[in-house]
Amino acid sequence: MTDSKYFTTTKKGEIFELKAELNSDKKEKKKEAVKKVIASMTVGKDVSALFPDVVNCMQTDNLELKKLVYLYLMNYAKSQPDMAIMAVNTFVKDCEDPNPLIRALAVRTMGCIRVDKITEYLCEPLRKCLKDEDPYVRKTAAVCVAKLHDINAQLVEDQGFLDTLKDLISDSNPMVVANAVAALSEIAESHPSSNLLDLNPQSINKLLTALNECTEWGQIFILDCLASYTPKDDREAQSICERVTPRLSHANSAVVLSAVKVLMKFMEMLSKDLDYYGTLLKKLAPPLVTLLSAEPELQYVALRNINLIVQKRPEILKHEMKVFFVKYNDPIYVKLEKLDIMIRLASQANIAQVLAELKEYATEVDVDFVRKAVRAIGRCAIKVEQSAERCVSTLLDLIQTKVNYVVQEAIVVIKDIFRKYPNKYESVIATLCENLDSLDEPEARAAMIWIVGEYAERIDNADELLESFLEGFHDESTQVQLQLLTAIVKLFLKKPTETQELVQQVLSLATQDSDNPDLRDRGYIYWRLLSTDPVAAKEVVLAEKPLISEETDLIEPTLLDELICYIGTLASVYHKPPSAFVEGGRGVVHKSLPPRTASSESTESPETAPAGAPPGEQLDVVPTQGDLLGDLLNLDLGPPVSGPPLATSAVQIGAVDLLGGGLDSLMGDEPEGIGAPNFVAPPAAAVPASLGAPMGSGLSDLFDLTSGVGTLSGSYVAPKAVWLPAMKAKGLEISGTFTRQAGSISMDLQLTNKALQVMTDFAIQFNRNSFGLAPAAPLQVHAPLSPTQTVEISLPLSTAGSVMKTEPLNNLQVAVKNNIDVFYFSTLYPLHILFVEDGKMDRQMFLATWKDIPNENEAQFQIRDCPLNAEAVSSRLQGSSIFTVARRNVEGQDMLYQSLRLTNGIWVLAELRIQPGNPSFTLSLKCRAPEVSQHVYQAYETILKN
Amino acid sequence: MIHSLFLINSSGDIFLEKHWKSVVSRSVCDYFFEAQERATEAENVPPVIPTPHHYLLSVYRHKIFFVAVIQTEVPPLFVIEFLHRVVDTFQDYFGVCSEPVIKDNVVVVYEVLEEMLDNGFPLATESNILKELIKPPTILRTVVNTITGSTNVGDQLPTGQLSVVPWRRTGVKYTNNEAYFDVIEEIDAIIDKSGSTITAEIQGVIDACVKLTGMPDLTLSFMNPRLLDDVSFHPCVRFKRWESERILSFIPPDGNFRLLSYHVSAQNLVAIPVYVKHNISFRDSSSLGRFEITVGPKQTMGKTIEGVTVASQMPRGVLNMSLTPSQGTHTFDPVTKMLSWDVGKINPQKLPSLKGTMSLQAGASKPDENPTINLQFKIQQLAISGLKVNRLDMYGEKYKPFKGIKYMTKAGKFQVRT
Repeated sequence: MTDSKYFTTTKKGEIFELKAELNSDKKEKKKEAVKKVIASMTVGKDVSALFPDVVNCMQTDNLELKKLVYLYLMNYAKSQPDMAIMAVNTFVKDCEDPNPLIRALAVRTMGCIRVDKITEYLCEPLRKCLKDEDPYVRKTAAVCVAKLHDINAQLVEDQGFLDTLKDLISDSNPMVVANAVAALSEIAESHPSSNLLDLNPQSINKLLTALNECTEWGQIFILDCLASYTPKDDREAQSICERVTPRLSHANSAVVLSAVKVLMKFMEMLSKDLDYYGTLLKKLAPPLVTLLSAEPELQYVALRNINLIVQKRPEILKHEMKVFFVKYNDPIYVKLEKLDIMIRLASQANIAQVLAELKEYATEVDVDFVRKAVRAIGRCAIKVEQSAERCVSTLLDLIQTKVNYVVQEAIVVIKDIFRKYPNKYESVIATLCENLDSLDEPEARAAMIWIVGEYAERIDNADELLESFLEGFHDESTQVQLQLLTAIVKLFLKKPTETQELVQQVLSLATQDSDNPDLRDRGYIYWRLLSTDPVAAKEVVLAEKPLISEETDLIEPTLLDELICYIGTLASVYHKPPSAFVEGGRGVVHKSLPPRTASSESTESPETAPAGAPPGEQLDVVPTQGDLLGDLLNLDLGPPVSGPPLATSAVQIGAVDLLGGGLDSLMGDEPEGIGAPNFVAPPAAAVPASLGAPMGSGLSDLFDLTSGVGTLSGSYVAPKAVWLPAMKAKGLEISGTFTRQAGSISMDLQLTNKALQVMTDFAIQFNRNSFGLAPAAPLQVHAPLSPTQTVEISLPLSTAGSVMKTEPLNNLQVAVKNNIDVFYFSTLYPLHILFVEDGKMDRQMFLATWKDIPNENEAQFQIRDCPLNAEAVSSRLQGSSIFTVARRNVEGQDMLYQSLRLTNGIWVLAELRIQPGNPSFTLSLKCRAPEVSQHVYQAYETILKN
Repeated sequence: MIHSLFLINSSGDIFLEKHWKSVVSRSVCDYFFEAQERATEAENVPPVIPTPHHYLLSVYRHKIFFVAVIQTEVPPLFVIEFLHRVVDTFQDYFGVCSEPVIKDNVVVVYEVLEEMLDNGFPLATESNILKELIKPPTILRTVVNTITGSTNVGDQLPTGQLSVVPWRRTGVKYTNNEAYFDVIEEIDAIIDKSGSTITAEIQGVIDACVKLTGMPDLTLSFMNPRLLDDVSFHPCVRFKRWESERILSFIPPDGNFRLLSYHVSAQNLVAIPVYVKHNISFRDSSSLGRFEITVGPKQTMGKTIEGVTVASQMPRGVLNMSLTPSQGTHTFDPVTKMLSWDVGKINPQKLPSLKGTMSLQAGASKPDENPTINLQFKIQQLAISGLKVNRLDMYGEKYKPFKGIKYMTKAGKFQVRT
């Protein structure tokens, strides 16, 4: 007698048979039939056709049958809204039932029926249930408010349910409090601005009381809510911490982690001198360790969080290294996380143990894990200087195993060790060279080539080694090619006599036979450096490189602080703030740790100063890309960082004109496609101080690079202006502006009803205009506009409308209709909303086009009173999609060559002349449609002056 | 909160789905299947999988994946804990948690799931409350139900639901009042080649089976409570009392429950009761390797070590093994390369050993990795940490209960590297 009988089918057709049974007179048969229906539903079969028959079974005093019908209703009501209404009466009746179980069940089920029409009927019963005498009903009703809010937020606000919910926070029953908090938190998530959870010391006190008495799940809701509170001083923080610490001993790991979050956050406010601070640190370690003895899935989440905690406060777990040792049957995802934490906790005190472990792991079966273990050995060497020697010898042992991937991984990390401790472990190079042939991964090959190039003078057969790589140059990955190029140039500079042929070979391979722009550019730079001034080349290429810093993969401190506020959430698993991945990014408020606020008498400790910023022990974080210039030239082992941003504008090309004429005028442009938003000027160490005069000025010019691409902010937006005054439009006032953001244009409108009657039925239309602007969507005013009410609407625009030249060119005639009348107005749109984001012309194109456009099309304008310098101008214009193609310094004046493209494909080229110290700029515009020039000039004016 | 739940068997069929909010199409599981394919073994499927619109959080137990779908930021531990609770509840209801059993009881499963969550918020997860709401199926009840037409759904509000002791129902009655406590300790350890301990820790629990009439108030005290500095309690334990007096004071739930779990990691407190002598050698030239292991007792406080099993994943290069055990039985699976040896009891006078040769792939170089030996064992009447219960007292009720304490030590993840 099991439920599997419900899955058997008969020949006649299941639905038909079920229908007959559902309508049977026998109660027992009916119930069995409903069970069969539910069974089909659970495996995903569509039984919605039985809706009326099942709903007919609802009026019963058999609770099981009722529940089963409810289960069915919840699943299918949405697809049959009209039929669902049939059920309403029963629900309303059940909400009055003397049995609280039935009342709660009814209100609970009604909330799950996601049909608009039903929600209207739900309001009254819900209001009653929120005030029910039975706490079980109240707590169910609290959740129901959240459900209703999800279906119709406006209704919930209008009916005042939110206030009732807030009142429930002070309910006498802890379960009701917990559910109210949970419901409010869920609602608040979709309403970031609303101050729903208005926490003050009194409400906090109530929550803390409820915390001790409610269920484990309720405790999680309350703790998460507490974490969003900012205590007013360290005393309050301490008293909350004291009341939260008992939760650390809870059996439910989610409760423990939420408590850890509250403590980690509030601890920030406590002075480090306080005894309590030390006590708290000690109390945090055991529960974190205990989390690691739970099921692997829990361990994984715990480990991701511990990873954050050890970065923020390494002292908590510094003695607990051993619990992170890997068991060989841990799931791989646990192993990798443990390994990461082991390295973070590695210190001089425990390094011997750690290394012994890592060596053990390097002989395991799982390839990913072994690789990471080998890499970890390298990281230990870099982190703990005293251990470097031991690490290197461990790595050498591993290389002796000749296991292919172990050897490759070891070589990659040894390269990093060389970068950290130059001239210390070069004795191992010979061993490395023996394994040259077994390297087949680009990263390992590139690392090996770098080593050979860097230490060419100590490797007798360096030229042979590099030559052997050169044979298959074109089959190598870019990473290896770039490295090989650099290494051979280094070799040449160190041993010029024997390697001239080799260097010529590689330069021609890089510049002539390759179609990779990065490789070609770097080839040209080396070539020109070498042919112009070999001494300078030597100083540039062989310059002393900055050491790599200790930890390369720490989370950036401000992000870390934000993530600490999200301990226990998905954000902490992904190590990204919720704004980076939560659906639609809706309503994500950035959280930050509270600043340390001392109460009156305590003295200001130095840590008090930066609000939110981590106090004291800031660790160096290596920027992942766009690293130091010295690195760019010599090391491209990271993700291929596109071309070297060096160009030698001031070097006179006369001698060896590698690049062909013409281009020289366009040198000194910004680095193309550099991923990092701000290209950091290189430190002095990388700039040879003793360079000759032409070189020197050239370089300083070079380094003046404008900030790269990647200012993602939209273009300039003018403040809203009144377009249609109320008196002209029977009380409707329209003001607005135009914006362009991420490639889409929109018209931001503000409609104000200054009349006495309600306005509805809004619509908008544009007259034909020069650039085909047209609304991309109908004007959507959701609710009727009542008197004195104002709505803000962003109307997306397209440029696909029909085109007619207007006078002036940027004139736009608009008609707005509402239930009262149709109104007309016209407005001028700034031209920069039409500048497309890919309006950057390639330099050669620019040059050719400039020459190509007849001189009579050139227009000159003066931009006065603009105090900006060339960089600022360039970056500001770029924000509005005017791109600096090239920049040049002529006789003390900065010349910016810029391009932009309009939505209809018209290119406008500009030359902007800036004299340092003179606030007037000269702008020359060239365009095949000269009539736009005037408006482009205006756009320039607006962008630069605002 | 938790949106939906899918149950997936190891062959990748979704055999049950439950939605607490709007229905999420089961195609969302495709992302899970992708991850499952990528992970070579079921255990390695990552527990958190992002998809464009949802997050999939899963646990793998009893060869079933329990996959929860969430849409907004929800604490993942909350979801994972809840899923484990679902599994525990099924086990509690049906004795075993397996695909056929769930399919056989699909309606009860559905009813239980509906009671456990409301709109994704946990509603009733305590098994005694659930059992009052929906009675677990028993053969007798099924028969009675079919005859009388009564149901297995309770129509009264469970009493525990809102009281300050939600874990206990009122009106409990027994003719034999008894309270049993099992102190069970598991040793997790990693022992290195030379036999020295790399890490060792004890995961201890006190599981209770309490069948007492009325509302008893119990206190449990220890001879050496200072051992316990890292503990997690069942919600019934009064934390204040523990903080001040190191006494466990509580009103127990009815039936089986875990009173406390604790963790002892101080190295000097963790005694290692067994040792393994091993000699596993591969030679470069020969296609034969030598294999020899001996297991012996150490620090057992005079107790016998029983239920010993040895398991080891041999390197891929090992084709077969020919071994002779001095006692017990052994098997070697040439496909999975898993060697297991069921040793049984250790007799200190005659130590069990397993000796023989391994045949390796001809011509292949010797394996890089060394096998790790996994050890299982049991020691009755001993808590290896030395924890001892001093006394158990009952207040609030008049009768005299029957009390019992049992100790046991087991191997947890006990690994010996070779």
